[in-house]
Amino acid sequence: MAPIYNNDTIQAIREILKDVCDPEIPVLTITDLGILRDIRLHDDTIEVIITPTYTGCPAMDTIAMEIRMALLEKGYPKVKVTSVLSPAWTTDWMSTAGKQKLKQYGIAPPDSRMAIPEDGVECPQCHTNHTRLLSAFGSTACKALYQCNDCLEPFDYFKCH
Amino acid sequence: MHTDLITFLLHMGDNTLILSQRNSEWCGHGPVLEQDIALTNIALDLLGQTRNFYQYAASLSGDGTTEDSLAYLRTVREYYNCLLVEQPNGDWGQTILRQFLFSAYQYPLYEKLKVHPDDTIAAIAAKALKEVTYHLRWSSEWVVRLGDGTPESHSRMIKALDNLWPYTGELFDPASYEQIAAIDSAILKTAWLDRVTAVLAEATLPLPGQTFMQSGGKKGLHSEHLDYLLAELQYLQRTYPGNEW
Ligand SMILES: [Zn+2]
Repeated sequence: MAPIYNNDTIQAIREILKDVCDPEIPVLTITDLGILRDIRLHDDTIEVIITPTYTGCPAMDTIAMEIRMALLEKGYPKVKVTSVLSPAWTTDWMSTAGKQKLKQYGIAPPDSRMAIPEDGVECPQCHTNHTRLLSAFGSTACKALYQCNDCLEPFDYFKCH
Repeated sequence: MHTDLITFLLHMGDNTLILSQRNSEWCGHGPVLEQDIALTNIALDLLGQTRNFYQYAASLSGDGTTEDSLAYLRTVREYYNCLLVEQPNGDWGQTILRQFLFSAYQYPLYEKLKVHPDDTIAAIAAKALKEVTYHLRWSSEWVVRLGDGTPESHSRMIKALDNLWPYTGELFDPASYEQIAAIDSAILKTAWLDRVTAVLAEATLPLPGQTFMQSGGKKGLHSEHLDYLLAELQYLQRTYPGNEW
C-alpha cells in the first residue's frame, strides 16, 4: 500500500501543532517550549515525538491528548504520540519568542547563566533586578519562587535546567 | 522469574515510589507553605522517575505487565526498595534527613548510570540527575538549618540520625541483580560518605559511629511499615480492581 502522506504533510502538521499549548502555562506552545522534537510518517499513522520538561511533569499526558485532538480535528485520525527521554530536555530549547511571552505572562524566563540564582532575577512586574529567592520549588516542578524587593510582588521563575 | 535487568529496574523504581509516597504524606501538613510545596514537588519528581523505570520494566516483561500493575498489584515481598525509604516520616527533621541521605546516594548513582551502556537506563538517569541536584541542595540546606539551629532542632536531628543511620548500610551492600548497574559500591559509598560528612559537619551534627546495619529490603524482606504504606497506596485498586477515572 502506498503511503497516504507525503512530505507536505509534515509541514501541515507542524502548523497545526503550533496551536497546542502547555496546560500549566497556556501562553506557551509546545513549539515555544521545545517539547516537540520530531514528526514522523508511517504508512497511515503520524508519529509525534515529544520530550518531557521534567520527569514527573503531569502536563505531559494532557499535552499528548491535546496533540491527538488537534490533529483529529484537522482530519488526521491515526496519531501516535511517543515520549522520549534522550537527549534530556533543557531550557536552552525554549524559543526566544517563548521567553518573551513567558515574561509578559508574569513568569521570569530561565537565565542560562545560573540554575536558581539567590537574587538578581529580573522582576516581571517592575523590571528591577532587586529580587530574592524564596523557595527553589514553586507552583509546578519547573518553577522556583521569588519575591521582588521593590514592588514586593512574589513571582515564579522558570528554573534553568 | 524476572531477569536481573527487570529486578534491577523494579528496585530502582520501588526506591523512588516508596520515598515519593512517604513525602506526599506531608502534602497539606508542611511547616510552611513553601516547604510543603517543595516536598511535594520532590515527591512528584520521584514519582516521575518511578514511572520511567516501571515503564521500561513493563516493556521488557511482555506479559501484560504495566506501570500501574507494578505499582498497585504487587505484594510486599515483591518490592525491592531499600529499607531507608520506607521508614516513617517522624517529624520534619527525620523526613528531611531521610531525603538528604537518599539524595546524597542517588546523586553519585545517577552520575554513573547516565553513561550506562543501556541507552534507556542512561537516559532516565541523565534526566533524573538534574532533578536530584535540586533535591540534594534543598535537603542539605535544611539539614544545616535544623542541625545548626535551636537546641530543640539540633537534638531532634541527632535523634533522627540515630533512627535512620542503621538503614544506610544497605545502600552499599549490593543485591545480586545490582551487577546490572556495573558500579563499584565502594566508590559509591565514598562519594556518599564525603558528602554526608561535609553536610553534617556544617550542621554541627556528629557523624554516627559504627553500628549494626539493617538490611533485607532489596531482597523483598521489609519492615512492617511497608505493609501499612502499601495498604494505603494500593487500597483503591485492591478494593475496586481495574477501576479508572
Ligand atoms: Zn518588582
